[in-house]
Amino acid sequence: MTNTIGVGASPKRKEDLRFLTGKGRYVADIKRPNMLMGAFVRSPHPHAEIVSIDISAALAAPGVRAVFTGEDMKADEVGSLPVGWAITDRHGEPCKEPPHPPIAHGKVRYVGDAVAFVIAETQEQAEAGAELVEVDYNVLPHVTGVVEALQSDAPQIHEEAPGNLCADWELGDAAAVNAAFDTAEHVTSIELVNQRLIGNPMEPRAAIGEYEPERGQHTLWTTSQFPHVVRLLMGEFVLGIPQHKLRVVAPDVGGGFGVKQFHYAEEAVVTWAASKLGGAVKWVAQRSEGFISDAHGRDHVTQAEIACDAEGHFLAMRVKTYANMGGYLSTFGPNIPTNLYAPLLSGVYRIPAIHCEVMTVFTNTVPVDAYRGAGRPEATFVVERLVDTAALEMGIDKLEIRRRNMIPTEAYPYQTPVIVEYDSGDPMGCLDRCEVLADVAGFAGRKAASEAAGKYRGMGISTYVEACGLAPSRLAGQLGARSGLYESATVRVHPSGAVTVLIGTHNHGQGHETTFAQIVSERLGVPFEDIDIVFGDTDKVQHGLGTYGSRSLVVGGAALNKAADKVILKGRKIAAHQFEAALEDVVFENGAFAVAGTDRKTPFADIAGSAYVPFDFPLETLEPGLEEQAYYDPVNFTYPGGAHICEVEIDPDTGVVTLDRYTAVDDVGTIINPMIVEGQLQGGIVQGVGQALFEHGVYDDMSGQLLSGSFMDYCMPRADNIPHLVIEPHSTTCTHTPLGVKGCGECGTIGSPVAVINAVVDALRPLGVRHVDMPASPNRIWNIIRKTRVRIAAE
Amino acid sequence: MQISFTLNDKAVTVEADPATLLSDLLREALNLTGTHVGCDTSQCGACVVHLNGDSVKSCTLLAAAVDGQEVRTVEGLAKSKDDLHPMQVAFRENHGLQCGFCTPGMLMASVDLVSKNPTPTEPEVRAWLEGNICRCTGYQNIVKSVLAGAEAMRETN
Repeated sequence: MTNTIGVGASPKRKEDLRFLTGKGRYVADIKRPNMLMGAFVRSPHPHAEIVSIDISAALAAPGVRAVFTGEDMKADEVGSLPVGWAITDRHGEPCKEPPHPPIAHGKVRYVGDAVAFVIAETQEQAEAGAELVEVDYNVLPHVTGVVEALQSDAPQIHEEAPGNLCADWELGDAAAVNAAFDTAEHVTSIELVNQRLIGNPMEPRAAIGEYEPERGQHTLWTTSQFPHVVRLLMGEFVLGIPQHKLRVVAPDVGGGFGVKQFHYAEEAVVTWAASKLGGAVKWVAQRSEGFISDAHGRDHVTQAEIACDAEGHFLAMRVKTYANMGGYLSTFGPNIPTNLYAPLLSGVYRIPAIHCEVMTVFTNTVPVDAYRGAGRPEATFVVERLVDTAALEMGIDKLEIRRRNMIPTEAYPYQTPVIVEYDSGDPMGCLDRCEVLADVAGFAGRKAASEAAGKYRGMGISTYVEACGLAPSRLAGQLGARSGLYESATVRVHPSGAVTVLIGTHNHGQGHETTFAQIVSERLGVPFEDIDIVFGDTDKVQHGLGTYGSRSLVVGGAALNKAADKVILKGRKIAAHQFEAALEDVVFENGAFAVAGTDRKTPFADIAGSAYVPFDFPLETLEPGLEEQAYYDPVNFTYPGGAHICEVEIDPDTGVVTLDRYTAVDDVGTIINPMIVEGQLQGGIVQGVGQALFEHGVYDDMSGQLLSGSFMDYCMPRADNIPHLVIEPHSTTCTHTPLGVKGCGECGTIGSPVAVINAVVDALRPLGVRHVDMPASPNRIWNIIRKTRVRIAAE
Repeated sequence: MQISFTLNDKAVTVEADPATLLSDLLREALNLTGTHVGCDTSQCGACVVHLNGDSVKSCTLLAAAVDGQEVRTVEGLAKSKDDLHPMQVAFRENHGLQCGFCTPGMLMASVDLVSKNPTPTEPEVRAWLEGNICRCTGYQNIVKSVLAGAEAMRETN
């Protein structure tokens, strides 16, 4: 019998062997014949006019083959880096999209903006050459803060965006919200900052461009989550390369988290430079270069209010957010703090009216775009800080206020007042289970023990819902997307019965080579080891929108499932021909085609073989071959959700916050591979804990420099910062995806930051602390405690 | 200059500029790209290799310093692809890797830990790996892998 491994099993990952033995093939590992190396010259100023660039010394340096500037690209009519998902402001006007040249010309707009690209025989020569490029700048006043950039005296960053405003956007019914606030018994107001984060996948970005003049063929190897989209954006909008003459390869990619789901300037520069020089040109970011050239995440300043009746029932929510776009719009920049943020403000609660205003604003900082969770952690942070603060102000238990307002399971599908309709979920069940698993009943005892040791202890709760599985093309199009968001899969059955899947999503740690093989093994009865998953190469894979927004299994898996359906139908046709039976009498079950109600059956592999030996096929009605392709466009977003409860202990002498306990109960829909899902949840939670406790992309207002520009200054979570996480699934089945899956990649990052901050605030509540901004670093907490003690002493 | 050393149990001699870092020598001159470079401040640990059995960050070591010494990289950990080191097996069995980029450094650091402390506790594993950053796993399954790998290494010895 065949060794099938299907849904619900946890086989060890197919991809692991190459990574464990050092045989992964990342872009930085690739060498091409006669390959040249490139290094960028980047602006040291946040805002300046480029008066002149003298490249003569660099050109004369040993090994240097070429130096290109923004003017060279402009002269070659290289286009602007395009925005893939724009938005429309509250007046119906399109958001401001100023030009974004791959190498700046005229002006630079953030520290790190590229001004020249030096190409040499070796990396050392390229870097030495870059040091010799002399740029004469006329330094201009700059602004890095999102609120400051809107002030009337702020420096103007783009001519096309007066007042630095990209868009003044809104969602929801302001009149209904105002009416509810007028009659509310209680209003809770908060102001909070969702700080700038730097995604830092462990593999720095890299790109190799290659040009074969005789074929007119361009190839780009890049650290990308979506090679087909890079081909589209770069080919059509930036370099004018026809799609069939441009191959984009994203081989093994060392983590993405959104950081690698944009079309970056460096991709266009190496591809263009290679075509100028007629060979291969490689660029690999150093980490410090990544800090000032990878798109950043978050960076919101928000004011929010919730109106409650006397019993703490939510009546309405009002949110105003200032969202930093950075110096230019990145690929999805304006979409993240708007369409992926405001529609999640209902959380898991019944809130009759919600109104959200978002000002997206240009500043002299690195462009800001999606980072794991992308808009949804920010929304969850607002909702759950409001809920916790309202509970505190109204004297209602924080579990009780949540339960009092939660959407009951029987109310699904649930239409929120902010566009989205949740198809399924059981937030109450998640919270109930999480309360037990987290031993909330034992908290008082643990708190007493901490206090006896001179420490503060707090418990924090969060519940969340997210919209993922991006996205129904029709809805995305209405919201400003400039492409559909379907996914595609080809199931190629070889004459032996082995299967190669070509899929448009991209695997960079999520275990797709394993999970997708399980789906095929289950559907077709093919042995797990006889299935290979191919991705990441536009010359191999038909098409795809890539991996982001927890969409790969939800949308890509559905396309794969659909292609498997087609393979089964084709197999039934072949079997019907062989059996001389009617198609409707032929069934596929247990890995074999059979005539229903008889013992006549043929294994899948035999039918696959027959498909390629069509000696007696009726060719008018039955084609040879067994290979099918499907495109799947989802009918709705999916809505994973859950409840997280954690405890922190704070040392008042040092301000150090220790995360002591963490429990998560998540609803990710049907689970294909429990091992991989748990791994995704673990990683996501810790990334969110990083935001809550450690990470902060800090700009110095005075100089416009990124102060947190290396792993020495930007604090990443380490193994010894994290407790053992307790994670349990509590799944409801998605009603509209064929596999019942909802996605799990972002859950942790959405649920954990606010759970941790709620715990920190709870711990410091005896000091009268009402809110703590992220990250709850020792410095910040120590200062809060010290100031409070000084104040209490003075009183 | 000429550098001669033992690399993964084989003698090698290679010509290199005196300023060459060991990580660059391995990756560029010797085509052993399993040793990764994830930062430029000696923080991430993706480049960890063994120098005379001790884990070191190869991005912070001049290649010249290994002249006459023994170096082992992730490529030299398994006897063959079908006979992996117990720590490699443990990482696979316990889903101790996702994107794979930090994995070589994690493996080399972990093998060194167990060689020095055959029975590490969970806090000891977490403390030892403080110099290796992983962005994917949240460390839980890495810690689980190292504890399982330590047990397997004890049984092997």
